[in-house]
Amino acid sequence: MQGLDFSVVVPYWDLLLTGAWWTALLTVSAGALSFVFGILFAVTVLYAPVVVAYPVRAFMWVFMGTPLLLQLFLIYFGLVQIGIDIPALAAGIIGLGLHFAVYNADVIRAGIVAVDVGQTEGARSIGFGKLQTLRYVVIPQAIRNTAPPIGSNLIALLKESSIVSVIGIAELVHSAQLAISETFRPFEFYITAAALYYILNLVLEAGLRRFERNVEVSR
Amino acid sequence: MQRVFPFFVEAALVTIEITMLALILGLVVAALAAAAKMSKSAILQAIGTLYVSLFRGTPCLIQLFVLYFGGPQVGINLDPFAAGVIGLGLNIGAYMAESIRGALIAVDRGQTEAARTIGFSRFQTLRKVVMPQAARLMIRPLGVNTIALLKGSALVSTISVVELTYTAQRFIGSTYKPFEIFGVAALLYMIIVYAIASAVDFLDKRFAIV
Repeated sequence: MQGLDFSVVVPYWDLLLTGAWWTALLTVSAGALSFVFGILFAVTVLYAPVVVAYPVRAFMWVFMGTPLLLQLFLIYFGLVQIGIDIPALAAGIIGLGLHFAVYNADVIRAGIVAVDVGQTEGARSIGFGKLQTLRYVVIPQAIRNTAPPIGSNLIALLKESSIVSVIGIAELVHSAQLAISETFRPFEFYITAAALYYILNLVLEAGLRRFERNVEVSR
Repeated sequence: MQRVFPFFVEAALVTIEITMLALILGLVVAALAAAAKMSKSAILQAIGTLYVSLFRGTPCLIQLFVLYFGGPQVGINLDPFAAGVIGLGLNIGAYMAESIRGALIAVDRGQTEAARTIGFSRFQTLRKVVMPQAARLMIRPLGVNTIALLKGSALVSTISVVELTYTAQRFIGSTYKPFEIFGVAALLYMIIVYAIASAVDFLDKRFAIV
């Protein structure tokens, strides 16, 4: 047992902050991907012809039933073996994005179904096309009603983004591991990394609360 | 494929074992944390709140690393399996505490007031009136937590517990058949996930208030 000494962290502070910055970037980009694909999957499952809707549904079913870590291994180590070489950063963003897109799609699908039929009828009767109705009337309302669960998915994404360190993306956990390999002080560095995650989490939660309040007011 | 399949079945059993042990630990910790958060003592409340907030506010992966790699520095030496069970259990306990607390709060206040009025003690009220109603409301959220725990158990492969994801990773590297390997591992995970999901569905319907 060696004494704990958090001053070992000081020389590596910049490295950890860079890692935290990359974690934030990963969260934002994978979050955007998961949002866009969440809508796309939801609409496909609901409205596309069976030949398209069923494969998407099956894909969602598989991605919901298996761990993110396994999915990342498939995308990063697996696809290479059939000749699809995706750089680690892209594989991480795609993996995280698709994983959470599936969860968002589930929420948004329920949100679309819950939008009053009168909204669609009203839009159609004033001359909106089917696509226009979906785009301008139904989906905006569905998104607004499902903002809280989509927000909690984003918070989960921030924490799960730590997993992409296993495929070598230089985010927060990876930075901590780099520092540990030089100092052999896992406890101090992982606790510091945990503190940085906690702060990122607080910032994201505060941002989402504020956003949700604005959405409430605009109703 | 036939050659590697037995390894996968064995690995799936390890995954189930870890999940069940972590689930038991998580439920115990969650019940304590929920009780602490709802107690009258400010100190207990603070402890419960801090635990839930810290474990929900940081990644499970980091919690496992602190325990397994950082533990020896503070005199905690655990083998990978034990570290995995304790780390996953403490992590899911924080989420389950909120599920339990949510269900207890969701029981109408009038129920407590009525029970107290007809002479039930605080403990009797909790035991005979609130708990039976809250238990039904807990089934679904705790089921969701359990499924998340099962999928989260893949993380212990990073501290070298030989479970399903670890085995899949090893064979993806050695067989050059990523999709078959992923398919087998995914299938085993999905069997367990959807078995839990149907059990939860069954319990939820069985105990539903008609």
